[in-house]
Amino acid sequence: MILSKLKEAWICIKAGRVTLPYPFAPAVPEEGFRGRITVDAEKCVGCGGCANVCTPRAIQVSDPSQEIRLLEFFLERCTYCARCEEVCPEKAVTCTKEFETATNDVQDLHLKVEVFMGTCQRCGRCFETSTELDKMMVTGFRNGKQPQAAEETA
Amino acid sequence: MSLKNLCQKAFPRSLWVYHTNTGSCNGCDIEVINVLTPYYDAERFGIKLVGSPRHADVLLVAGPVTRQVADATRRLYEAVPSPKLVFAIGSCACGGGIWFDTYNVLGGADKVIPVDFYIPGCPPRPEAILYGAAVALGLAPKKAEPELSRQEFLDILESSKEAAEVKTG
Repeated sequence: MILSKLKEAWICIKAGRVTLPYPFAPAVPEEGFRGRITVDAEKCVGCGGCANVCTPRAIQVSDPSQEIRLLEFFLERCTYCARCEEVCPEKAVTCTKEFETATNDVQDLHLKVEVFMGTCQRCGRCFETSTELDKMMVTGFRNGKQPQAAEETA
Repeated sequence: MSLKNLCQKAFPRSLWVYHTNTGSCNGCDIEVINVLTPYYDAERFGIKLVGSPRHADVLLVAGPVTRQVADATRRLYEAVPSPKLVFAIGSCACGGGIWFDTYNVLGGADKVIPVDFYIPGCPPRPEAILYGAAVALGLAPKKAEPELSRQEFLDILESSKEAAEVKTG
């Protein structure tokens, strides 16, 4: 009886401290971990492929105006399958290693992306721009991402 | 009375949790059990698993709330003495997961009972659950925030339009 207890104590002492110091020291997930997704709006072309393959339908695409396409990500029901990352042609959607997403407000898990879309001359609805050339043909656009360029033309 | 005050001072933030499965696939349940192992050791924060909701301070809800279990979940919430907290663990409990609009599922724990902390993940890592508990206890700051990313080109377009309006008008 006592001998078995001593044996158990010896096993515990030999194992030493096994508890991870996690909340006080950062825990880095291993390679290949799929965490909260991020979207690079500059790369996104608004094709909606991510919304098409999303299993929990956490991505919703809508067109609030002719030139803007709005992608809403409801990450509270995201299952971290990374199919959106896999299907994205421009590699705009990427999985980060961020897992510390616990929150007291569900609004913190919402992500919105506004993307410029070209307008069809015939039907007036927006469609995905195939190249950067389409962007350059719009009045007031000079040399990419410099806001002062617009002022010069105006 | 003084004993009560002493107890409140001695144990200010020890959460006794009651773990409930409201239709989950057991993935989140296993991660919750994982948190209580010596490896993650949630008991150093005073977190203890109890067998009855009447002993609990915190309700851990895992799973989208199915129609069968919804009424039991409401009664369970009433059985927990207040002040009480509800943690929604996993994507299913947070927003319904892939079953958010299924006919037999109400879609998330917050459709049935008020939820205080959301811990998304499918299933959440044990660290993520610990982090949620740490946020609730005030040991760690909240990191998640709503994001709005916008193409810079849209701003350029709008400013050029405004300028054109000024020019013509």
